[in-house]
Amino acid sequence: MSSSTRERAGRLPWMLVVPAVAGLVFLVLPLAGLLIRAPWSTLGPRLAEPHVLEALRLSVVCASVATLICLVLGVPLAWLLARVSFPGRRLVRALVTVPLVLPPVVGGVALLLVLGRRGIVGQWLESAFGITLPFTTAGVVIAEAFVAMPFLVISVEGALRGADQRFEEAAATLGASRWVVFRRVTLPMIMPGVVAGAVLCWARALGEFGATITFAGNFPGTTRTMPLAVYLALETEPEAAIVLSLVLLAVSVIILASLRDRWVNSP
Amino acid sequence: MPAAAGEPVSGRGAAGEEAVSLRARLRVNRPAFTLDIALDVAPGEVVALLGPNGAGKTTALRALAGLTRMSGGRISLRGRDLDGLPAESRPIGMVFQDYLLFPHLSALENVAFGPRCRGVAKAEARRAAAALLERVGLADKAAARPRQLSGGQAQRVALARALAVRPELLLLDEPLAALDAHTRLEIRSQLRRHLDDFDGATVLVTHDPLDAMVLADRLIVVEGGAIVQQGAPAEVARRPRTDYVARLVGLNLYRGVAAGSGVKVGELLLHASEHFDGPAFVAFPPAAVALYRSRPDGSPRNLWQARIDGIERHGDNVRVHLGGPVSAFADITPAAVAELDLSPGQRIWASVKATETHAYPA
Repeated sequence: MSSSTRERAGRLPWMLVVPAVAGLVFLVLPLAGLLIRAPWSTLGPRLAEPHVLEALRLSVVCASVATLICLVLGVPLAWLLARVSFPGRRLVRALVTVPLVLPPVVGGVALLLVLGRRGIVGQWLESAFGITLPFTTAGVVIAEAFVAMPFLVISVEGALRGADQRFEEAAATLGASRWVVFRRVTLPMIMPGVVAGAVLCWARALGEFGATITFAGNFPGTTRTMPLAVYLALETEPEAAIVLSLVLLAVSVIILASLRDRWVNSP
Repeated sequence: MPAAAGEPVSGRGAAGEEAVSLRARLRVNRPAFTLDIALDVAPGEVVALLGPNGAGKTTALRALAGLTRMSGGRISLRGRDLDGLPAESRPIGMVFQDYLLFPHLSALENVAFGPRCRGVAKAEARRAAAALLERVGLADKAAARPRQLSGGQAQRVALARALAVRPELLLLDEPLAALDAHTRLEIRSQLRRHLDDFDGATVLVTHDPLDAMVLADRLIVVEGGAIVQQGAPAEVARRPRTDYVARLVGLNLYRGVAAGSGVKVGELLLHASEHFDGPAFVAFPPAAVALYRSRPDGSPRNLWQARIDGIERHGDNVRVHLGGPVSAFADITPAAVAELDLSPGQRIWASVKATETHAYPA
């Protein structure tokens, strides 16, 4: 149903076609290389190796918990940005998107400065509750949530802006408080946007490297997620790195497929 | 409880207190627009706000509902002030122009939504909703999603949803505008019946004169954010006071000065069936205008020479736009057009009987 631009007679300009093809090759070739060099015959046993399974399990658990945190905090934040006008709203929106463009390593350093043992909040957390976050599994979750939350907030805010607010007015005339309106009218109507945001958020969390290794370190079983395991394996056993990379590639493809209606088919 | 025997039984005074359900003064200031209208509605009465697009009708309705913040004024419903309350705390039911049924809920759940929000238990709310759906003739559509309903069905679900909260004030925003002509006819008479059964105050907004005439007990014509005329539908239809209303009800309307049975409109003296002096409106229907190629014999009392500015089809007849001392519409038969051999720019004689010309004080 995508409206195809009509073919015009005449030759295509090589000044555009050649770079376009080169760009495509540049994007696809590395992925093809990964598939070509993959040790297909030993794939099964390698995937079943304990440290691979351990990294996989840790990654999925951390990314899922991080996504949950992002949902609990990010959906209300998106609602605030989309539905409540307050002074400095534009500034807040800009602040929310900072982790999107910030180098993840910088994010990790910033988290260390705030939540580290000598950090502003971390010091207090340790003295008051005995909680230390850096170099723990909880630290991994926090690093991932920090980096991934903007994806969720932006997606949900877009869905909220696209939703017809008059349905919320109709609910108000029926006696629904703002919380009931949100829970029973707004949320069901923006659910596709929330799901898409959560999927993107989860994918970003799953692939997180820079902030994780900076803030949470690289300890097998507690903080060594898939991306960290890939990086480490590359020096000792490259085939294991390829296998782990394949898993992450497969996850990406699945996510792309699940979101295809939203993105790939867009005009 | 003491008997009411000791209280004064000046029935009228007590009834007067009861007779007003809604008493409102609505003021909304916007850049380049000001709404300022006052309206009283009795219990069981249906008042229609009629006016052109942008007149402020919907703004008035939204102010009553608490969806638009007022710049001033007051709303009191059965003696209780509403203007400080948010929409969700007002005892109102509202039907929106495109119904706004919640797309993720079934018809039954849509109707039960209001009672649920107001603390009615789930089973009880569903029972009440089912009864209401039955009343609007949609018992078999209870499980349907809004997108599976036709326009007329959606309209009836929207009405049931608004009535389900047992409102003291029912607000209807262009309730029939989204329907096709055939459905509209049917739904209009059904809606009239449901409004008759409703004992609270009803305010409805429309730009369709027929909807207003059929549904309302009283019309309030709003133009440019202010009330320009109000009264019973028949009264408004017979005696329009603005060009907008005159066009709606299909009358030629002029402002002039009456002296006896004549009303001076510019250069022209029009004779009417009423007698009085002073500033006056004078009106006659386009169908009462007769056209002649040459000055008619027997000289009808209202006669003037006009210029044909345009000719167009109008239902089964032909509407002739006349210029000259007064501009007017004349509705004549296609046969008459052919017989008179009319063409734009032509000079022609026009006449109206005094008995079909009505004058009333401005």
